[in-house]
This record gives sequence, structure tokens and C-alpha cells, in this order.
Amino acid sequence: MSNRIDVKDLNVYYSKFLAVEDVTINIDARSVTAFIGPSGCGKSTFLRTLNRMHEVIPGARVEGEVLLDGDNLYDSAVDPVTVRGRIGMVFQRPNPFPTMSIRDNVLAGVKLNDKRISKSDADALVEKSLRGANLWNEVKDRLARPGSGLSGGQQQRLCIARAIAVSPQVILMDEPCSALDPISTLAIEDLINELKAQYTVVIVTHNMQQAARVSDKTAFFNIAGTGKPGKLIEYDETTTIFNNPSVKATEDYVSGRFG
Amino acid sequence: METGRDRPPFTAGTSSDVPSSARTPGRHCIRNDRLEGKDVSTNSLKEPTDRGRAGDKIFSGVSLAAGVLILAVLFSVAVFLLVQAAPTFTADPTEITGGEGFAAYIVPIIIGTVIAATIALVIATPIAIAVALFISHYAPRRLARAFGYVIDLLAAIPSVIYGAWGYIVLAPQLATVYAWLAENLGWIPIFTGPASQTGKTMLTVGIVLAVMVIPIITSLSREIFLQTPSLHEEAALAMGATRWEMVRMAVLPFARPGIISATMLGLGRALGETMAVALVLSPGALVASLVKTGNQTIAAEIALNFPEAFGLRLNELIAAGLVLFVITLIVNMIARFIITRHKEFSGAN
Repeated sequence: MSNRIDVKDLNVYYSKFLAVEDVTINIDARSVTAFIGPSGCGKSTFLRTLNRMHEVIPGARVEGEVLLDGDNLYDSAVDPVTVRGRIGMVFQRPNPFPTMSIRDNVLAGVKLNDKRISKSDADALVEKSLRGANLWNEVKDRLARPGSGLSGGQQQRLCIARAIAVSPQVILMDEPCSALDPISTLAIEDLINELKAQYTVVIVTHNMQQAARVSDKTAFFNIAGTGKPGKLIEYDETTTIFNNPSVKATEDYVSGRFG
Repeated sequence: METGRDRPPFTAGTSSDVPSSARTPGRHCIRNDRLEGKDVSTNSLKEPTDRGRAGDKIFSGVSLAAGVLILAVLFSVAVFLLVQAAPTFTADPTEITGGEGFAAYIVPIIIGTVIAATIALVIATPIAIAVALFISHYAPRRLARAFGYVIDLLAAIPSVIYGAWGYIVLAPQLATVYAWLAENLGWIPIFTGPASQTGKTMLTVGIVLAVMVIPIITSLSREIFLQTPSLHEEAALAMGATRWEMVRMAVLPFARPGIISATMLGLGRALGETMAVALVLSPGALVASLVKTGNQTIAAEIALNFPEAFGLRLNELIAAGLVLFVITLIVNMIARFIITRHKEFSGAN
């Protein structure tokens, strides 16, 4: 199982509005891929099509193919619920379930699939996931406390623990650090570096330094103007994108001349 | 630790540490003015701003008055009930209706009231929550709006209409059902025969009350369900939850206090409902069977007997009202307790 994602000619719509046009991209397994670009260029929208979260919004739909190890996510026989179990997601704002304890938050996804998980297995999984998210030492004495009592950075790592607890193949992150302070951001970035040993990670970020720090490959999205669809402008090794991009718009963006 | 945070980092700093150049002429001015007993400062921040101040005062006055008014009304109702009910408790037991004292008179109708309200809630709550969820999370948007409107309309129907409907339409229909229940399930105490020929029994009352309570619980629950943060709904969906699992993980826990409040409002209506019960039920002594003629609720008892009551009988009915007041109070306190017990996990922190 290699966990690579191949997108072919994807058009993303909100009802009749074409939000992202004709994206073809190959995302390597066990690597970190960053999506950068100005606000409203469709990078988050595109990210949400990779686990079919896009269609949660009424009227939203896509045309084209997204292949996870060769299997099309948008095949008519594929249940989006299955897709989302394989491809986890971490959101811009930390969103642990407020009514659940830290422990139950980690187990929330697991209990969907396997309701009869034994207590010892559950304990082991909670520890493994929280260790995986670098949160174990901070919360091991208060697993029964509500997750909403943690700091923003801890909550975000709790969400990552919740995402990796179900052993997904891919983890999508939609600006996971934009609501966090620099120290928490550093903790998450370190974590992303560790995660890529096991998972394929795709991250949307507004912070170009972050993209440069964490990602192996970077995709630059842009729009021609308001109301126009977003497009994938350039996709290459991160060092190439930041040091020697082949498209003028990319160079302008990464060097801070616009956007 | 707490006090340390309030203190500025350099507590040792006194005026002697301040370089003399930092002492502005303004400071000296203030000091001199104070010495002369005047307070003419140059600090522009001290100038009063009238803008908005009056509005603040008026608003706080109005809200204080409203709060006091509520308490005053509640208090005067309680005093009225206590004073008017008092003679009942000191009267000779043989003079009370039934001739065996107030307790023997009131306990059966307390039980009747609780039975009627319980039946209503047991039927209404699951249906109302299901309907509210359908409107908020399942129905297509246009259908949901129409549906919600109809539900709100149902809440506006006067209780006498529901009573008449229960009396004329529902009771005769249910009579045959009751006959069947008594015949086939008669071994269960609540279905013991002989069933009422008219269908005007406690179960009919409970069903009519349920129909009346459903719109209340539905429209309140729907509002709460719609307020579920989409952040939490998406968190559940992104983990591979189905729609129903998402509802159970994100929507219902979030809405739990709201559902309890909505149910309590419904219960309040069911407990206090007078007209519908008075019309539907043919009252009688307390019986366990819900399909037999019998039972009575406090509210209906008061309404049916009040016009002709005088003297001690009047005090008796008011005492019954006091009991109803206390029951409602207890129910509300229990609801509050349930809600606050889970406050830590409510997400409000």
C-alpha cells in the first residue's frame, strides 16, 4: 500500500460556480505536500475534494477523478464515509468534541468502526495516538477531563491524535497552525515531519516559511481575479518552487511581490 | 500564583528610581493643585463623557426593574397561594372533600397529573426530537422550511381546540383500541379491563397532551440543532461518520441541555394543561388502568370545581393549585441540576 494520490482533470463547483479549474497533480506517498497561494484561490476547496468533504456543502460537486492508489474516490459505487475513514482531516480551527473527554475524543473515530474495542486495547491506542501527536506527556494525567479545557495548540494536536487513531492512509491539514502561536506551530511542524514516515500528508498553508520548512513538494495555486476559477499554477520540489520557480507568478508570490 | 500575575514585574520601582527628566511639569502641577485643595488636572482622560452614559443607566435600570418585577410577581403568587391554602391544612379532616383529610384528597390527583404528563412526555419527546432532527439535518431545505412553519403553527392552536378534537374525534377511535388492549394485554396492570366505552380515559388525555407538547419541543429543539457548530459536524464527518453518527457525536451532545430545557417547557404545559384534560377525561377515582374511566388531574379538578366553590372548598382548590406550583418548581429544579451537572463538558468553557 503506497498511499499516493493522483488527481486527473478535476473541476470543482459550488452549484454553478466553478471554484477550481482543471487540476492535475500527483501527490507522492509518505511525503509532505504543501498547497500555497493567495486567499480565495481554491486551495482549501481543492484539499476538501481529496476526502470528499467538499460535497458536505449543499450544491457542491466535482468533475474529474481523484485516485487513491489507483482507486477513484468519485466512483459512483464509492461511499464518501469510507473515503473519509481512509483519508483523515485536520481543520483550521481546533475542533475537539466539547462534550467528550480527551480520551473519548481520541477514540471517537475508532468507535465508529469498532464499537466493541476492549478497554486495554483502547488504552493502548489512546496512548499510541497521543504519543504520535506529541501530546501524551501533557495530558496523560487528565485523560478524563474535557478536551475543550486544553490550550489551542494542544487542542490541535488532540485533533491530530484523533485523526491518526483510525490509522488513515492520508492526512489532510487545512491551515492547521493559523490559529496557533509560534511555539504551538513549531510543535505541529515537528509532528508533521514525524508523520510523513507513516502517512501521506497534504497541508494547506498561508505561511510560506512553513511550506518551505515542512514540505517536500509545493503546489502554487492562483486566481486571475475575483469570480474567476482557481488554478494550479506550478507544482514542483519545494526547493525549486522557492528558489528557482519556472513561472513568473510563482516567483512573484514566493518572493512577496504580491499576494 | 494568582496575585503574582496582577502585580507589575518591577515592584521595587519607586519614584526615586524614576529619572528626574521623566518627571513632567504636568505632574508637578497636579501635586500643587492637590496641595491647594483644588483638583484642576490636565489629564484629558478625566473629562466625563456623557455620551452613552445615560443609555447605560436607563438600560440597567430597566433590566433591574424587569428582574425585580418577575420576582415580585412570583413572590405575590406564592404568598396568595400560601395564605389562601392555609385553612385547608388546619381544618378538621372530615370537612375536606372525601372526608379523610387533605392528603387523601390530593394524592390521587397528584398521581393522576403526573401520569398524564408522563404519558405525554414519553410519547412526545422521541417524536419531537426525531421531527426536529429531520427538519434541521435531513430534509431538503425547502421542505424543511415549510415543515418548520407548520410545526410552529401547531403550537399556536388553542388548547380548547385540541380538547374538542380529543373528545369528538380521538376518543371514539381509541375506544376500540382500548377494548382490544384490555382483552389481549389485560394482564398488564395499566391495560386492565373493562375498557371505557367512550375512550375518555387517561391514555387519551396523555395522547392529546403529547400532540399539544410536540410542537413546543420540536421548535425549540430544532433551533438548538441548527446552532450546532459546523466545525464539530465536519469533525465527525471527516472521521468517516455517517449522517446519523455525526448527529450522535456532534449534534445531540451539543443540544443536550437545550433538549432538556425544551422537554421541561413541554412538561410544564402538560402538567398545567386544564382545558384539554377537562374536555377529554371523564374523571373518577384513581385507578391503575389507563384504559378504564377514572383518574383526574389537579388542573382539571380546579377548573371543573372552581365556579361553584366557596368557603373551605375554595381553600382546598387553591391548596391543590399550590401543590401543582410546587411540583412544577421541583421538576424545573431537577432539570437545572441535570444541566449543570454536565456543565464542564458543555463546551462553554
